[in-house]
Amino acid sequence: MMTAIPVTNYRIASGLGLVAIASFLFAYIQPPLYRAFCEWTGIYDVQKADEFRASATVGRPITMEFDANTHGTGLRFTALQTSLPMHTGELVQVNFRVENLSNHSITGQAVPSYGPKHAANFVKKLDCFCFRQQVFAPGEVRVMPVVFALDRNLPSDIGTVTLSYTFFEVPGGVGSSNNTGSAANGASTSGSGI
Amino acid sequence: MQASHDTHDHAHGDHGDHAHHGRAPGLMGWFTTTNHKDIGTMYLWFSFVMFLVGGAMSLVIRGELFAPGLQYVSPEFYNQMLTLHALIMVFGAIMPAFVGFANWMIPMMVGAPDMAFARMNNWSFWLLPPAAILLTGSLFVPGGAAGTGWTLYPPLSVQMGLGMDMAIFAVHILGMSSIMGSINIITTILNMRAPGMTLMRMPMFCWTWLVTAFLLIASMPILAGAVTMLLTDRHFGTSFFNAAGGGDPVLFQHIFWFFGHPEVYIIALPAFGVVSHVIPAFSRKHLFGYTSMVYAIAAIGLISFFVWAHHMYVTGIPLTGQLYFMYATLLIAVPTGVKVFNWITTMWRGELTFETPMLFALGFLFLFTVGGLTGLVLAITAVDIQLQDTYYVVAHFHYVMVAGALFSAYAGAYFWLPKWTGRMYDEALGKVHFWTSIVFFNVAFFPQHFLGLAGMPRRIPDYATQFTDFNAVSSIGAFGFGFSQLIFLWVVLKNIKGGEAAPVKPWDGATGLEWTLPSPVPYHTFEDPPVITEEHLAAAH
Ligand SMILES: [Cu+2]
Repeated sequence: MMTAIPVTNYRIASGLGLVAIASFLFAYIQPPLYRAFCEWTGIYDVQKADEFRASATVGRPITMEFDANTHGTGLRFTALQTSLPMHTGELVQVNFRVENLSNHSITGQAVPSYGPKHAANFVKKLDCFCFRQQVFAPGEVRVMPVVFALDRNLPSDIGTVTLSYTFFEVPGGVGSSNNTGSAANGASTSGSGI
Repeated sequence: MQASHDTHDHAHGDHGDHAHHGRAPGLMGWFTTTNHKDIGTMYLWFSFVMFLVGGAMSLVIRGELFAPGLQYVSPEFYNQMLTLHALIMVFGAIMPAFVGFANWMIPMMVGAPDMAFARMNNWSFWLLPPAAILLTGSLFVPGGAAGTGWTLYPPLSVQMGLGMDMAIFAVHILGMSSIMGSINIITTILNMRAPGMTLMRMPMFCWTWLVTAFLLIASMPILAGAVTMLLTDRHFGTSFFNAAGGGDPVLFQHIFWFFGHPEVYIIALPAFGVVSHVIPAFSRKHLFGYTSMVYAIAAIGLISFFVWAHHMYVTGIPLTGQLYFMYATLLIAVPTGVKVFNWITTMWRGELTFETPMLFALGFLFLFTVGGLTGLVLAITAVDIQLQDTYYVVAHFHYVMVAGALFSAYAGAYFWLPKWTGRMYDEALGKVHFWTSIVFFNVAFFPQHFLGLAGMPRRIPDYATQFTDFNAVSSIGAFGFGFSQLIFLWVVLKNIKGGEAAPVKPWDGATGLEWTLPSPVPYHTFEDPPVITEEHLAAAH
């Protein structure tokens, strides 16, 4: 029954095999392509300072709440202020405190999230410790600021905005090969809801 | 009839070699066989066994959902059940079932003696049982099976235990098997057709499988790549999807659905193919619009690669992206509509009779269209944001997968069973199987549309009490449907044991080369290719 398989069959099969290998590799070029696409389209903007033009008067009153937590790191991370009455259009600074409880240095990256989710576009950060990775020496205690304002166009159904940060430990630390200082961009891509 | 003469001559003719007359005796024969009919049979039995295993899991799910509150299983186990149910049904039941049909029918339809690479065909099949063992066995390892849903989204899939690794390896193995199977199918179709069997004379089932096999070769490796990245994220410190290390969990969704949407058509296209044989046969007419069918299949296959993010409307993709994916998805309705139109027009003024294969094909036609319609509803971004991850989605894809693909597989099984076994099946039992299936199917899944519209989330073992009645109805339907499938087992076993001998062409309206062969088909067919002439093969269309 096993008559010789014609050469042309092998030619077709090896072509198809190459297609299969190419599509396997196609999956692997997605991470860099995806990053490039997000940067090009500006979706990846959570680690850049926002633009905000201050003016003499402020807008409506609003309550801002702050939350801090960590994800599997040896850090203790707290918000020094948990609630702040403020106004839209007003530039404020709040501080967060980090303590490295471990006996080795830890590289961490804070990732913001917002409640309600669609408030994200209206929180304008001029400076934030979350813009870059932070290295904490063993036992170090550091207080870090966030400078931000709420856009005056914040939808009127929002009375309270919660800003929450999660500190992730960056495997390998600053400068290791598999990160380029852009930890957790994706998590916030969805968080910042476009 | 010329072809069947050739075959007869051959079976007793010029080959002295014993191996020609059958596989080696006993179990070893099944392990070593390279005969496309044996391998097709093994695929079909394997898929039916997996169908029963996956079905049992769905009954655990529906049992738990019969009433609100937690009755029988823990939420963790519930999640494992729904994950394994999906993986087993998609990769273990539906896909292998149509590969089984492909193995049995394609060589006979194009006039080839066997698949192009008979030995590789054997490997493709024998990769499946280890994958099935990995999947089901993962229930018994510490931490249990993967509980992420079949989509295996990180971060959960990065965090789960050993069961997740087993699922990943199972996906690798199943992917290997499908790719080898697809290479075989494409090579057979492109290079092994009998003289005169031009591409545009080819039966529709071969066309659907040709496109499907290309989809498989292009998309399965992408899934393999995605789960390999998951694996290295889990164990080797990479951060493809690990947010803490600079990765992006949403990227996984993009890669997964870039595979996942073509996968839908990998399942649907062969189902279209089978129906395109059954409806003309029982309408006693040629398939209407053969050429437009071919172009529609190719169009569906092509567009399926450009619509993936309709599964991701709520991940925060930009509005322009949402609009693009919405319109692109709606576009698929055009070639699909062409197909449905052609099937209906095939029946128009035909001499219809309603034997079991035709009943299942009609069930397919009605209910697949319902599933397609709810798919269009879900494609609309504004609606999907409301319905995302509700039971409406569950109802939608079960109409496509069960009433679509499964019913089509049943139509094909009843249609070709007389050819395979050489005996007629019990028509009355077949009809009982159809009617119980279609009634219980709708009892099980139609109420889920309402549950979804009312906001019941999927993949949760408990629900708010206002959903109780519809869930109870749905569970009754699911159990009824599940047990109805045993009727099919009964029909097949009865058919294997005995029954009225089937003529060469049990369906007077059927066309195609396979109906020129004796029933049951000899172990080897078309060893010398038949020459296909126009009247000999009005067949194809
Ligand atoms: Cu899709």
